[in-house]
Amino acid sequence: MNPSSHRSFSPSRVFALAWNTLTELTRQKVFYFLLIFALLTIGSSAFAAKLSFEEEFQMLKDVALGSMSIFTSLLAILATAMLLPKDTEDRTLYTILAKPVPRFEYLLGKLCGVLLLLAVSTLVMSALFLAVLGLREQSVLAETTAQLQGATPAELQIAIDGVKRSTFNANLLPGIAAIFIKSALLAAMTLFVSTFSTSSIFTTIVSIAMYFIGHLQSTARDYWLSAMDASWWTQAFLAVVALAFPDLQAFSLVDAVVVGSAIPFGIAIQTLMLGVGYVAVYYVLAVFVFAGREL
Amino acid sequence: MILPRRVLAIGLLLAFGAARLPFEVHLEKQSLDLQIKAARLSMEVREEVSQLSFIAALSGFRSFVAACLWIEAHSAWERTQWGRMAGLFNTVTTLQPRSLLYWDLASWHMAWNASIAALQDEKQPSEALRVRAQRQYFQLGRDFLERGIQNNPDRYQLYEKLAVLLRDKLEDPCASAAAFDKAASFPDAPPYLKRFAAYELAQCPGREREAYDRMKEIFAKGVHERMPTLLSKIREFEETLQIPEDQRLKMEPPQ
Repeated sequence: MNPSSHRSFSPSRVFALAWNTLTELTRQKVFYFLLIFALLTIGSSAFAAKLSFEEEFQMLKDVALGSMSIFTSLLAILATAMLLPKDTEDRTLYTILAKPVPRFEYLLGKLCGVLLLLAVSTLVMSALFLAVLGLREQSVLAETTAQLQGATPAELQIAIDGVKRSTFNANLLPGIAAIFIKSALLAAMTLFVSTFSTSSIFTTIVSIAMYFIGHLQSTARDYWLSAMDASWWTQAFLAVVALAFPDLQAFSLVDAVVVGSAIPFGIAIQTLMLGVGYVAVYYVLAVFVFAGREL
Repeated sequence: MILPRRVLAIGLLLAFGAARLPFEVHLEKQSLDLQIKAARLSMEVREEVSQLSFIAALSGFRSFVAACLWIEAHSAWERTQWGRMAGLFNTVTTLQPRSLLYWDLASWHMAWNASIAALQDEKQPSEALRVRAQRQYFQLGRDFLERGIQNNPDRYQLYEKLAVLLRDKLEDPCASAAAFDKAASFPDAPPYLKRFAAYELAQCPGREREAYDRMKEIFAKGVHERMPTLLSKIREFEETLQIPEDQRLKMEPPQ
């Protein structure tokens, strides 16, 4: 290879690494969790059929969006935690870095591969969830129309609108987007942890701990900012929690989406920006630590 | 060389934390103001649910835990465990305070189902105590709706449900009329709520004339508002209030 033709950053190299990461993860049959998701969604729909249609749709949304959040979060942490240790163990890492591939490109490729996996998983789960919701909506609409055969067109329309209001609303999309952004953040955070960890178990445990602490971060932050009479060590502890851990509650839009609350555009965009900011910063920190790591 | 780099990375992480802090505080305040996020969970919820459910709720799965507890409450209903249901409904509504469905159905179960069960309780020989238990369930149903309204003051549905409970169970037409009026004042409220408010006002002692005037206003809105109940109540008031013949409404007989 002509050294002068080598570029310091190549999107095609990053894409090759990302694609390879996605392929590797797919070969490990990570998509099998989709079967569990399908069973949960269809199962909850079948169980909830004996409830009123409003209850049924709310249960379906609660279970499906909650499961999506659990699965994408777990997938983000577990899939990312094994990337670097596996490449080190297989010696693939040395083969790649022996070529003119900068370390930041290697990490970017790995991160993009996991993000692709999360995007595909979120899309498949969303499609499945919306398909079940759509099928149940059609079935409830048919029942409603049959029950209201003698009603006036206006009464029938009110009943149909009631069913439709309980199923689809445009806010489902920002809710699903927030689930994806949160999982992307977790993937970037896990990648950062894995750059100074020596095993995938350590990375997984630390990342899961950070996941739980991240959901309590806003509580710690509020206490830190408001509890002036607390002892200095309590203040110091709360400050570390507030500053070092991500605020994962900021991405919990699902609770509002499920009950049909409108997510204002401004809040959706700010949440998206916060998520992108976290991913970028965790990536930069991961590169910073990984660049100084002896291999 | 590795250790200082790690230490520097943690320093950078804390610096990023300090930079994002005002943004996150602002975003959270906006979300709480717009009621996109519910208030934090209290220790009362911890006492109601298992440790695992509480951790799950704290970990961003509030709606999921609420759904599971609702299913549990449904099973309790099938076994007619009214006390257990009331406890579970309290937890579910605390977890998902913006869900109208949960407030509405919790109130309905208490005021309609549990109250009837209490009245027909064969284990309680004293009728006075059975009636008292029934009234307590009515109040429990009302309490759910009033707390639901506090959490959802921007929606008309729970005001309507409260009005129905006040009308059908607590038999308080004046309070029911006020609740229907409040529900009808929302821009997206259905038009029948104004009629219902007038019907209840008609039952409220001393406000018959006001009710009659309101019904005339509704009548004047057009044919689509002239329901048989409205027409018969107007006729009734014209008799009881002794409205002069020439001031009475001219109406076609209902078809």
